[in-house]
Amino acid sequence: METIASIFTDPRWSPYAAGIGIGLLSWLSFLISGKPIATSTSFAQTGGMIEDFITGGNAQHRPYYKKIKLKINWQWMLVVGVVIGSFLSAIISGDFHLGVWVPSLWASAFGDSALLRVPVAAAGGIILGFGARFAGGCTSGHGISGTLQLAVSSWVSAIFFFIGGIITAKFMYLVIA
Amino acid sequence: METKKHVSETTQDKRPLFFGLGFGILFGFLLHKGGATKYDVIVGQLLLTDFTVLKIMLSAVVTGMIGIYFMKSLGWIKLSIKGGSVGMNVIGALIFGVGFAVLGYCPGTIAGAIGNGYLDAIVGGLAGILLGTWIFAVLYPKLKDGILKKGDFGEITFPRLLKVNDWVVVVPAAVLIVLMLFWFEKAGL
Repeated sequence: METIASIFTDPRWSPYAAGIGIGLLSWLSFLISGKPIATSTSFAQTGGMIEDFITGGNAQHRPYYKKIKLKINWQWMLVVGVVIGSFLSAIISGDFHLGVWVPSLWASAFGDSALLRVPVAAAGGIILGFGARFAGGCTSGHGISGTLQLAVSSWVSAIFFFIGGIITAKFMYLVIA
Repeated sequence: METKKHVSETTQDKRPLFFGLGFGILFGFLLHKGGATKYDVIVGQLLLTDFTVLKIMLSAVVTGMIGIYFMKSLGWIKLSIKGGSVGMNVIGALIFGVGFAVLGYCPGTIAGAIGNGYLDAIVGGLAGILLGTWIFAVLYPKLKDGILKKGDFGEITFPRLLKVNDWVVVVPAAVLIVLMLFWFEKAGL
């Protein structure tokens, strides 16, 4: 029988339960912090902070970093929170997998070598990070928070995220593999 | 006076950080429970074999939209709309989509995947994303008055664009999304 505790230790919820939960969270984030949930700017700030650290303050002069401001803010902490929240959920439900280099779907098509998967993941990350800043948002900022506010820029972005993603995934798994 | 103002600013700065962390923890918890911190689930969506990601996103959007527009009509909140253009939101989003499929995570879900322990996300993906955003920052002066401005449509919502009351868009949008979700279930997706 389901108890309150077993809900939290279930490794998977219905996608609708998770989705409705995220929708309710967006109400609170607007009401309490006056901000939508978004993540990709924080990665750009981190990149700038790393450049600043390596070069001793070079990055601050770049116009883009002046625009987004290189400091730890609400949204940067939100991304840290996502890592912690996912970790907590994974740990209490016995779904924490440290040591997995190659996802099983990838392995079924491209083999289980980390020497292939990791460089491809890094290349994908470069394209993703560049595209997220080009589009002004990602699957959370545009795809959830922007679309739920009915923003034109966000609906256009969300649709083209999936068009680009579906074509590329089909090409990888049906043509290359 | 100067120092007093400075002190109150720094104490005010801490509270948003604390709330940001709290919202992030809940968001990460829900992403993991929904399955969206896993490569197989995300790429399964892009291969159109597993509709978990769209089910999460669309149910979040329909729930969020109704509440946000209700609170907006009461004057409790203000919207926070991103500006955009054809250059940004078509070209940029297509580039994002390619990276989304090649990496198999997006910026929010990779943070979740890191929490879940996946090493391809930690070692490969995170480093790549940081580098990709940095390349954009380097090229930004060249892009900002060119392609990023092509076909600018500004900070606008569909109700404003169509010049109608908010609910004229919210209600049909909510109905369409719910119908789409029912169709997913009926089709066994």
